[in-house]
Amino acid sequence: MFGYYLTLGLRSLRRHSVLTALMVFGIALGIAASMTSLTVFYLMGSDPIPWKSDRLHVVQLDNWDINEGFDPNPDILPDALTYLDATALMAASKADKQAAMYKVVLPVQPDNPEVKPFLSLARATGSDFFGLFDTPFKYGSGWDKSVDEQHGRVTVLTQPINEKLFGGADSTGKRVKFDGIEYTVVGVLDTWRPRVKYYDVSNGALNEPEEAFIPFTTAIELQMGSAGNNNCFKNSEPGWEGYLRSDCIWIQFWAQLDTPAKLADYKAFLDAYIGEQKKLGRFERPLRSKLPNVTQWLEEQKVVSSDVEIQVGLSFAFLLVCLVNTVGLLLAKFMRKSGEIGLRRALGASRGQLFLQHLVEAGVVGVTGGLVGLLLTWLGLLGVRALYSEFKAVAQLDWVMVATTLVLSIVAAMLAGLFPTWRACRVQPAAQLKTQ
Amino acid sequence: MLKMNHLSKVYRTHLIETHALRDFSIHVREGEFVAVTGPSGSGKTTFLNIAGLLEEFTGGEFLLDGIDVRGMNDDARSRLRNEKIGFIFQGFNLIPDLNLFDNVDVPLRYRGFNAAERKRRIEESLARVGLSARVKHFPSELSGGQQQRVAIARALAGSPKILLADEPTGNLDTQMARGVMQLLEDLHAEGATIIMVTHDPELAARAQRNVHVIDGQVVDIQSEPRMRGLGVVQSAVAVG
Repeated sequence: MFGYYLTLGLRSLRRHSVLTALMVFGIALGIAASMTSLTVFYLMGSDPIPWKSDRLHVVQLDNWDINEGFDPNPDILPDALTYLDATALMAASKADKQAAMYKVVLPVQPDNPEVKPFLSLARATGSDFFGLFDTPFKYGSGWDKSVDEQHGRVTVLTQPINEKLFGGADSTGKRVKFDGIEYTVVGVLDTWRPRVKYYDVSNGALNEPEEAFIPFTTAIELQMGSAGNNNCFKNSEPGWEGYLRSDCIWIQFWAQLDTPAKLADYKAFLDAYIGEQKKLGRFERPLRSKLPNVTQWLEEQKVVSSDVEIQVGLSFAFLLVCLVNTVGLLLAKFMRKSGEIGLRRALGASRGQLFLQHLVEAGVVGVTGGLVGLLLTWLGLLGVRALYSEFKAVAQLDWVMVATTLVLSIVAAMLAGLFPTWRACRVQPAAQLKTQ
Repeated sequence: MLKMNHLSKVYRTHLIETHALRDFSIHVREGEFVAVTGPSGSGKTTFLNIAGLLEEFTGGEFLLDGIDVRGMNDDARSRLRNEKIGFIFQGFNLIPDLNLFDNVDVPLRYRGFNAAERKRRIEESLARVGLSARVKHFPSELSGGQQQRVAIARALAGSPKILLADEPTGNLDTQMARGVMQLLEDLHAEGATIIMVTHDPELAARAQRNVHVIDGQVVDIQSEPRMRGLGVVQSAVAVG
């Protein structure tokens, strides 16, 4: 009977084409508004590295001012490390993989005279970075630990800058000049665009990854200042060395800990480290350290802001308005069909059969509205990407959201159809047959 | 075939009670052609609606083909209605956006016949009313008489035990009415049981038996034993 109901539904929708168009457009608008904001919300909040997010941990140590915590919320610890602590943890090398990192700005001087010099954002980090975050390589690979130790002049490029400098060709082994110093290209990343730049959310969670990667030790040796956040609770001593010895925090530190036991051991190690530092007069606050994993980190850092949550709420309220409108239109449509409903009752249809028939009709409206809504959602996300470039990675439709859109629209239309359908099935056939 | 004993039907609102049928008894046997007459508001249509299981009754007994319908749930009533009853309405009640084939198909769908069986029945019943050539036509493309023939084909398609006709010629001109009436008579001659509600004394006279209803009660029965297609005189009994 489902096929029969489907045929009847389609026929009925064609028969009242204006009413149908109004309903479909109403649902499509509501769906598009809600799905556009939900997609952004969903992708911002989704796990950017689900296969290992529970093994990747940010290292947080409470080195802050004894008189005032880093954040009014006492559970929030400093979101970065000092150079002293980052290098100490790197030297201890207690994790399966670990990388200290910070953002730098590099003036790029291309050999090709047709390409003008330009400024590029880069990330100074350790050799483990690429293994920590499973970055895909198109050419070559990352550098090894010996390069870290020797402060080597090597770089890994991303595709955009490789395209700019080398026309997208395999550039491994070639030289590139950053701020007057030549670096050897050891690798070129394949397309790598985490939806959220989870490894450094405090410097723009929705920003694209940096264009190049250079060794952390090299950047320090060349006294490259941070282009990212830098927080201090007291003045540092003058000069680069003074800055490195200060309690200013500006270095992100990630550790890969493959088992719960290793996580527990690393936590104990951190606490012991703080204990030692206390003896040296640092870490004056109560001993506290944290190792949130990726999803905990994104949550704590409020990557999905309350603005986005409010926007999602409002868009669903709009969907509700559209559904109420659809309820009214469906009610009008079904009531106009009272005569036919009465007739079908007289010819042997039970209330249940009629209920199902009209629910299928509402479902057809939902599917059509969903498909149109999907198109409008796609346009909406296109608009979001055009207006807000930082949303480029999270304003994308994926198959989960496509399926969600269709399911939501069908469920929404059926919910909207429940009351009109129920009313339609309460029609007294005898009265309708006489008035036909 | 259809037996009502001391049936009553009361419509209640919070202000008034209306007795549409009271102490209403009738017995229609298989193969009979009964005309139900009476002035407007006498209860003819209420009787027909109850007989067609479209309305519930308040009191009394109602047996349809030997089945006591009191207390049946909606599913059972719908199934019984679909299997045992064919309706012919004054206003034809065809679905305008379905062609003749699909209109006749409606009750068969609810019966659950397979496609081949439905097709056979539709073609047979449309042939029976002389509209085989118009299966793809829509109701709006037919005359009133032809539309009523389609409605009769639809009523016949499920091989019902009884045909309930409510003023079947009320919306037709004389010539078309004559044709439809002839068709009903032919069906009766072939053994169909028909109950026809009508205002028209001429049409009523063509039925095998007349039942007159006033104020919700059977007040007069005119039995006219006539030899019909069954070859026997059907005994018409109305009680009450």
